[in-house]
Amino acid sequence: MAVKMDPIHQFELKPLVSFGHIGHQHIAFTQSALYMFLAVGLIALLTIWATKSRAVVPGRAQSLAEIFYEFIGQTVHQSAGHGSERFVPLVFSLFMFVLLLNLFGMIPYAFAVTSHIIVTFMLALVVILTVVIYGFMAHGTHFLGLFVPPGVPGWLKPLIVVIEVVSFISRPISLSVRLFANMLAGHIALKIFAGFVPALLAAGVWGILSPLPLALSVAVTALEMLVAVLQAYVFATLTSIYLSDALHPGH
Amino acid sequence: MAQPHAPAPLKEGLIHEPASEHGGGFPPFESSTFVAQILWLALAFGLLYYLMSKIALPQIAGILHDRQSRLAGDLDQAAHAKAEADSARDTYERALKDAQAKAKGIAQTTREQLASEAETRRKSLEADLATKLAEAEEQIRTRTATAMSSVREVAADAATAIVERLTGQAPDRSAVEAAYDRAARPQTVH
Repeated sequence: MAVKMDPIHQFELKPLVSFGHIGHQHIAFTQSALYMFLAVGLIALLTIWATKSRAVVPGRAQSLAEIFYEFIGQTVHQSAGHGSERFVPLVFSLFMFVLLLNLFGMIPYAFAVTSHIIVTFMLALVVILTVVIYGFMAHGTHFLGLFVPPGVPGWLKPLIVVIEVVSFISRPISLSVRLFANMLAGHIALKIFAGFVPALLAAGVWGILSPLPLALSVAVTALEMLVAVLQAYVFATLTSIYLSDALHPGH
Repeated sequence: MAQPHAPAPLKEGLIHEPASEHGGGFPPFESSTFVAQILWLALAFGLLYYLMSKIALPQIAGILHDRQSRLAGDLDQAAHAKAEADSARDTYERALKDAQAKAKGIAQTTREQLASEAETRRKSLEADLATKLAEAEEQIRTRTATAMSSVREVAADAATAIVERLTGQAPDRSAVEAAYDRAARPQTVH
């Protein structure tokens, strides 16, 4: 009875087309890349193909695309305020990308791209680089005022600046680790609970207990669905809040 | 999974590390896959951002804008139509009021005209009657006078005839008349 119980196995990258090695790096088109492009294709299908009729009274798919667009537009506007319209495409892309990749991970036997730290870190880096580059381009050195909150007494300033800088640098780390850890932990928990079912069934009389982990894995699946959507939303909201710093560094 | 699993005892099989080309490490921290993942991520996300910012979102924003302007236009049109209906109703009400006032005026003048006509007719009738009455009274007066004078003549004639029968001789006319006057006078003297 070779029941595969390794909860880590699901995160392995499987090369579909290998392009060989460059130094230590293995360059290959993996299932992860396939899911990324699948997500891009699906998002394009929803937002471009479904809206191409430009119906005044929208159908289901166009309605869905409009709801996503208005939702992200509102989130960005509420968090980043005036002048944030230029960042709606970025936040929309991030939200839809993360949402689709998270939800792909919930399909049995599919792969959760966002359970790899390098992917989430790169997405967080895009956000932080956008904040830094746009901040300096729009405000010049005034952008550095972000690290010196107004109304702080002089002797406290050096300490506050250090704290602000550390908090700013930790943003991409927390943003990426939050998403990565949520997806990783959720999928491991799901795999372990689901793995108990065949393990108990294989253990003779203990098979009576197997409905327990089955029920639990159903519950965890529901929870993970919620987490998948919620983490995409959290990612988009935090991105908007960070972008607000680039737009209004003086607060 | 390049290699098939070696048959393993059950207890070990449950926590079996699968043999793989990555060497069985923790895949998310397998740094040898990082460059490839970054490459595909950059391509996929770059494509997504391009599609969203250049095609999809302008299209959706255009749809929403069109819908909003169309709704606003429709609402304007509705408000315009309502104003028109209101003014039409005002015009109708004013016309109705005018017509009512005019009808009332016509009725009033007609009534007054009829009343004045009746009044003049009545007056002319009264005047007519008064003249007729006066004429009749005049006639009565002349007739009475005539009759009174005839009475004197008849009395004289009768007296003459009586005297002639009694005496056989006709009395003097003027003496008879004087006697009549004498006989008639005591009545008025009394």
